[in-house]
Amino acid sequence: MYKIVQKKMLNPTICLLEIEAPFVARKAQPGQFIILRIDEKGERLPLTIGGFDRERGTVTIIFQLVGLTTRALAKLEEGDALLDFVGPLGQPTEMEGLRSACVIGGGLGTAIAYPVAKGLHDAGVETDVIVGFRNKDLVILEEEFRGACDNFYLMTDDGSYGEKGFTTAKEQELLAAGKRYDVIIAIGPVPMMKFVVKTAEPFGVPCRVSLNPIMIDGTGMCGGCRVSVGGKMKFACVDGPEFDGYQVDFDELMNRNATYRSQEAETERDHMCRFDKMAHALIR
Amino acid sequence: MTKRNMTPVKTPMPNQDPKVRSRNFEEVALGYTEEMARQEAARCLGCKNHPCVAGCPVNVRIPEFVAKVAEGDYEAAWQIITDTNALPAISGRVCPQESQCEAKCVRGIKGEPVGIGRLERFVADWHRTHSQDHVERPASNGHRVAVVGSGPSSLTCASDLAKLGYEVTIFEAFHTAGGVLVYGIPEFRLPKSIVQGEVDRLAELGVEVMTDMVIGKVLSIDELMDEMGYEAVFIGTGAGLPRFMNIPGEGLAGVCSANEYLTRINLMKAYLDEYDTPVLKSRAVAVVGGGNVAMDACRCAQRLGAEQVYIVYRRSREEMPARNEEIEHAEEEGIEFKLLCNPVEVLGDDHGHVSGLKCIRMELGEPDESGRRRPVEVPGSEFVLDVDTVIMALGTSPNPLIRSTTPGLEANRRGCLVVGEDGVSTTREGVFAGGDAVTGAATVILAMGAGKKAAAAIDQYIRSK
Repeated sequence: MYKIVQKKMLNPTICLLEIEAPFVARKAQPGQFIILRIDEKGERLPLTIGGFDRERGTVTIIFQLVGLTTRALAKLEEGDALLDFVGPLGQPTEMEGLRSACVIGGGLGTAIAYPVAKGLHDAGVETDVIVGFRNKDLVILEEEFRGACDNFYLMTDDGSYGEKGFTTAKEQELLAAGKRYDVIIAIGPVPMMKFVVKTAEPFGVPCRVSLNPIMIDGTGMCGGCRVSVGGKMKFACVDGPEFDGYQVDFDELMNRNATYRSQEAETERDHMCRFDKMAHALIR
Repeated sequence: MTKRNMTPVKTPMPNQDPKVRSRNFEEVALGYTEEMARQEAARCLGCKNHPCVAGCPVNVRIPEFVAKVAEGDYEAAWQIITDTNALPAISGRVCPQESQCEAKCVRGIKGEPVGIGRLERFVADWHRTHSQDHVERPASNGHRVAVVGSGPSSLTCASDLAKLGYEVTIFEAFHTAGGVLVYGIPEFRLPKSIVQGEVDRLAELGVEVMTDMVIGKVLSIDELMDEMGYEAVFIGTGAGLPRFMNIPGEGLAGVCSANEYLTRINLMKAYLDEYDTPVLKSRAVAVVGGGNVAMDACRCAQRLGAEQVYIVYRRSREEMPARNEEIEHAEEEGIEFKLLCNPVEVLGDDHGHVSGLKCIRMELGEPDESGRRRPVEVPGSEFVLDVDTVIMALGTSPNPLIRSTTPGLEANRRGCLVVGEDGVSTTREGVFAGGDAVTGAATVILAMGAGKKAAAAIDQYIRSK
């Protein structure tokens, strides 16, 4: 069992859990992910590592309450435990030889962008960060980011905080003003990553994107996470999760990510029933 | 002395009715009764040169145990089997006996061979329900061995080592031990309670099982040996990497590997409502391939309620690598076999979901290097199967996670670990391997044989240090 030592709601829909997992914490690096399972009947959920503390032996995960498992996960409290917590999986963010980088995070992706930005910054890479949120209430990790980069740009869709506009607007602005990076690393919703790459293309700036497709085992066994990269099939769990953004077939990825969506909605209803039943049993 | 039974055919195995079983996940073969078992055992001639034993990868002393069954001394039969086979309840169910022990049976020359597999299963099941023996935990010899993976080769290796007094830790990447026995082979062919029973028996022997441990990621082989104090390591990580066809449309939603499909169903129990993992709900399914995994996948699809399930295989039925029994069971359950057909493209609808599988007819040409006649395309014979799901069951290859993180551990060009003449020593001192990780995808019993051999080699290695 893997104990929850800290829980924090970063905003109404994004939750942070710090989990006791000493073996994983020993090896974790920015860009890698873990797979967890809450209980015997739960599904295996892959989540990118949001942080780690080798001395405390803990790994931090940050997730958005979007589906069955993430909602159940957010119901747990400090002191509760997860049944399974596997990792670190996937390849770490490549940092070698980089002198400058721009990390772009959108929504929940900002949570995963944080350890990447911090890792780059700590390694002496000149790091700019652009993060984007729908509105002010959803902003997360602002202070943390400010301490982990050279230039910080905060965008909101409605202009209620920071600057108004998408992350790609700021990206365009910086690149058009002549700013150049050894790499742009984009982490966020698939459409955002697709447009970050499109924006960078005319300027010839290399782009890497961090993918989070459907998967089960995380070790290359199921092939559920296969993505087309440069016309070749790659498994995000072992070859990724970061890939050359220019090579990724984003449309195919969006399609495949929707495979179980209608069923998930159904299951969620069933699941509520399961919890209701449990609650009734407890009351009686 | 029991009277010999000269009936030319095997005592039939009672099975669940095909119409009923094709909608449930309960075991298909129900097992012999005592009467049936003794009747079948009496068919054995007890040949002096026992050719059947040579046909068995772990050399079970078949005529001896069969004679005990004929006498009704099932516990004695159990002792004889388990002298050389640690997992008879499993091998009795999933071994391809028709190409091993039973292929060598003298009774098979005129008529059907003795139903050795069925008898083995009977003995193992009888023991499980009648015997209460507790496994004696052997005194520790103070030496520690790490076993990576928990499939048939690892379970066998761990069991043999533990019996010799070694302190064994099994490292499993998934949350449940058993490897392909739990994620690959469906409940209706191998109930998971049987696998769990075997894992529990290992625990009684003192074997520690650590789940959620992906070796090569969380710990390297070097760390196991240098930092954690394991004197030897056995790698039994199987062949888990799925192959795809590299045809257009394979990236559509509704296309998956048999590994993914079966893992969702078998390990994650997606077929049970109270489990959260989703699985494709299909109207019509095409399973591409002709091996046991293809049979498992198509029979699962049928059980999950698909109206139409096809097997698409590019050669003819004779060349199918699946066990005869599995093919027959699939046919009885209503699976439609599209033989001498090969997919050329997966077709999709506007939403990027599978809407059909375009195939081309094949005919058999000259034999290829495998000795089987090579299938060649019949020009202009394309046709479309109306399906909404395509499952690729094209075989698997070994996972590179360990070899890519272990300096000095060599693999061949197919990704299989290179072993020495003894069949189990790798190119790294103190590191042994067996099962599919060495051979590429093969059978449970061959993996068990390798696990056994590796345990002996590890014992010898540590003693001679």
